[in-house]
Amino acid sequence: MGLSMFKTFARFGLTAILLGSALAAPVSAAEIKIGEINSYSALPAFTEPYRKGWQLAVEEINADGGINGDELVVISKDDGGKPGDAVTAANELVAREGVVLLTGGFFSNVGLALADYAKQRRVFFLAGEPLTDAMVWSQGNEYTFRLRPSNYMQASMLAEEAAKLDATKWATIAPNYEYGQSAVAVFKERLQELKPDVEFVAEQWPPLGKIDAGSVSQAIDAAEPEAILNVTFGPDLVQLVREGTTRGLFQDRDVVSFLTGEPEYLDPLGAEAPEGWIVTGYPWYDIDTPEHQAFVDAYQAKFDDYPRLGSLVGYIELKMIGEILKKAESTDAEDLIAAAKDLEMDTPFGPITLRGIDHQATLGAYVGTTAVRDGKGVMVDFTYKDGADYLPSDERVQELRPQ
Amino acid sequence: MSLYVVQFLAGLANAASLFLAASGLSLIFGVTRIVNFAHGAFYMLGAYMAFTLTRTLDGAVGFWAAILIAAAVVAVMGALLEMVLLRRIYQAPELFQLLATFGVTLMVEDIVLLVWGPEDLVGPRAPGLEGAILVMGRPLPTYDILLIALGPIVLLGLWLLMHRTRWGVLVRAATQDRDMVAALGVNQKWLFTGVFTLGIFLAALGGALQIPRTAVSHHMDLSIIVEVFVITVIGGLGSITGAFLAAILVSLLNAFGILIFPSISLVLIFLCMAVVLVIRPWGFLGKPVVAGHKSAGVTVRPWQPWSREARIGAAIVVAIAALLPFWLGTYGLFVGAEMMIAVIFAVSLQFLMSTGGLDSFGHAAYFGLGAYGAAMAVKWLGAPMEAALLIAPLTGLVGALVFGWFCVRLSGVYFAMLTLAFAQILWSIAFQWVPVTGGDNGILGVWPSGWASSPATYYWLTLAVAVFSVAALRMLVFSPFGYALRGVRDSTLRASAIGFSRQRVQYAAFAVAGAFAGLAGALFAFLKGSIFPDALSIPQSVDGLVMVLLGGIATVSGSVVGAIVYTAASIWLMSQTDLSRLVLGGLIVVLVVAFPKGIVGSISDLVGGPLFRRRGAGPAGREAAVAGSEGA
Repeated sequence: MGLSMFKTFARFGLTAILLGSALAAPVSAAEIKIGEINSYSALPAFTEPYRKGWQLAVEEINADGGINGDELVVISKDDGGKPGDAVTAANELVAREGVVLLTGGFFSNVGLALADYAKQRRVFFLAGEPLTDAMVWSQGNEYTFRLRPSNYMQASMLAEEAAKLDATKWATIAPNYEYGQSAVAVFKERLQELKPDVEFVAEQWPPLGKIDAGSVSQAIDAAEPEAILNVTFGPDLVQLVREGTTRGLFQDRDVVSFLTGEPEYLDPLGAEAPEGWIVTGYPWYDIDTPEHQAFVDAYQAKFDDYPRLGSLVGYIELKMIGEILKKAESTDAEDLIAAAKDLEMDTPFGPITLRGIDHQATLGAYVGTTAVRDGKGVMVDFTYKDGADYLPSDERVQELRPQ
Repeated sequence: MSLYVVQFLAGLANAASLFLAASGLSLIFGVTRIVNFAHGAFYMLGAYMAFTLTRTLDGAVGFWAAILIAAAVVAVMGALLEMVLLRRIYQAPELFQLLATFGVTLMVEDIVLLVWGPEDLVGPRAPGLEGAILVMGRPLPTYDILLIALGPIVLLGLWLLMHRTRWGVLVRAATQDRDMVAALGVNQKWLFTGVFTLGIFLAALGGALQIPRTAVSHHMDLSIIVEVFVITVIGGLGSITGAFLAAILVSLLNAFGILIFPSISLVLIFLCMAVVLVIRPWGFLGKPVVAGHKSAGVTVRPWQPWSREARIGAAIVVAIAALLPFWLGTYGLFVGAEMMIAVIFAVSLQFLMSTGGLDSFGHAAYFGLGAYGAAMAVKWLGAPMEAALLIAPLTGLVGALVFGWFCVRLSGVYFAMLTLAFAQILWSIAFQWVPVTGGDNGILGVWPSGWASSPATYYWLTLAVAVFSVAALRMLVFSPFGYALRGVRDSTLRASAIGFSRQRVQYAAFAVAGAFAGLAGALFAFLKGSIFPDALSIPQSVDGLVMVLLGGIATVSGSVVGAIVYTAASIWLMSQTDLSRLVLGGLIVVLVVAFPKGIVGSISDLVGGPLFRRRGAGPAGREAAVAGSEGA
């Protein structure tokens, strides 16, 4: 019954799909297939630019002679934002499509589920976006690598800036899930190391996507902090900025905020973007290094749109895979791991290393201050923080990571 | 002191937003008995539409015109939906409209993305109401004051409409006794369309009024639908004043709760609902639900055990399924195992819903308990898979025994919502208790024992458990216990007259369903290798509901087909297209219209073949009709 139902349904479904996207690439004699999984339907605001980014990278790699002459082919699947569905997609890619490695992921739990799958099935996995520290440390495994600067690294960058402020009384607002919790925890720890006299006087943990910003703002305001750490993003951030600004929450207070400088989150705010917040982000419009300019030009020429941070993550992710495959000259997982360890490569952000010790890339992030220019939120006075400078000592890493 | 005053006012403003969305839902349910899952989708459409209109209409007049026009346009869409889709399925079993509106919600989510794009949109603030005034030295946004005033105004308006106009009188009459109203020559169709349109107008207005406060995003629908549902239930279904009071209660508790427990928001609304329903089983102002299950009236033929031919047919199907590993690849077997797990989960829920007459909206709780029970046994006790698979049904059973004790004291939608509340409380525990459950980073490394780790063996394992589960539950349905359960479902009064306590019988059924769901959860954990709180979440419960309704709620085990079709469709579509929700939602809508009694229910009506042999339909039909009228 199972099979016949499935077939009947499949036929029915085929006719029902008018908009189905044909992802299957023409088969050529020499091609290397890799699998990519991300939350395309659950988080299109991030994953659409991300997809454009990796498409650009694949095009460039193949135009440049491919992988030692072989064509690189990406087979991309949606995980719907659910770890269970991501594992199903991984199985399809590995068992049915015969991909040689996996990459992608946005949510931390999706990334962790894929990492564990990679370990169990002995498949190479490069996580692009998931930020959780567990990915490479407490739950780290031999088969999993990660590109983006982790929670720890971004919190350390912001804590360093926060320590330069005069403020000693802090309050925190963070979405109530692992990302928010660990961002606050690391920030607290790092800031107190750098500046032992700081104290945290209030905290708020609104559920992700359901902030009651008015009540939260007032509760924070009542504790009279001198500075505020914000970890909310997306619609929660918009609501917090609006309700907080109307209530004077940010007046005469320093604000340090995760991710707010990323175009994904800053652009929707338009002229209402907060001014003077210290943020991590991606000021693509003002980064004038030649390697970054080349990326922006190529991206705009291909898509007639400006890059978001997601675009850059997708681009570097696939470029990195290209480098690993070229270096390994093999598609065997063990060879890929050997090639990936301590791989050095150039990116639009400058040279980075994929650390052998914990499989974390040293890609950094821009830290700057928000401002409003021509009715749009922008980052000004920013500097690039090299990820390598914000990782713990090797001894500490060895303690954190199961050996 | 001043903090408490502004916190109180902020709570009231939030309550007004919630109430606007909830009043429409309460109105629609009160009259049409439709559980309108698409309410959140219309709320979201209202916000998107208002965003677009405020781009073109300027100034204060333009802004407010945009809000009202947006709500009106969306209300017209609602009316069309009612006329084209819902009118066709009013006669279907209760909750079938839930399935239809769920399909619509899925479609709207993707349509919104196609029309408005993926990025969050931030509309203008209300002209003239951007600022704040000082209340006891603390700023209070003027827009909040408007919202605070709007809540009671809408409440009063609805009350006047319902009590002082002829239309309102007719609507209330239809709420009381639809057939009598029809007998008096009132065209119910238009009455229902009118109520539905008004309800959708209120939902869209609620969404449009959010524009000056927050970003418009495609997650708006799901973030509001559960909340407004809870509000209407706490208030008492169909009671608009009750919804108003409930919105205020929940919002104020939240505003003050976060001062003491900053992370309380995650679970507060569900805690509230659980407490209210345990103390007041029909919400604040709701009326007691008459015991007895509506959908029972649809079962014109009493169920029969399979005939010999049907048994042979089933055995052949199982044999074919068992041979699949010889030509299916690894991935096919993985999907097959996932289907078998869905089958176990769905039949456990169907046992509760179809045989027990208990519609659970929180069945994921026991699935998740089983999954976490197994995962923790592996992680903390170092148990092997075999032991974990024995522990899982026990954790599901224990959970069902604890929560079921409270739940079976209620019936109807109140029962459903209390199960949902408990599931959400469990979910938030799994989410928050990081040291034990790993929080939303879950528990990793839950892989099968060596002998079961090959895809074929694991598929056979799930197939064997699925066959066992379906057979065991079917045997239970046709055992004396099953007859008692059906008796209680069809006529509580008569069953109690011959000595069956409704609560005791249903409690046992609840426990059985929980144990089987736990077994499914454990198999799921070992299939995926990891477990996360989403196994306990609302979408997991909704998936189960959809499978049962798709299969046919008036059947004994139609959900086997429902589970296979739905799982196959979800996985296949997700693999093929980014617009899987649009296609899946459309498919559900088509199936709902084509098979108003579910796939198996409708087919068995049509063919009456060996699987569904018709025997003694005459007297049984009368019997069910009596039961139906008693339930009404």
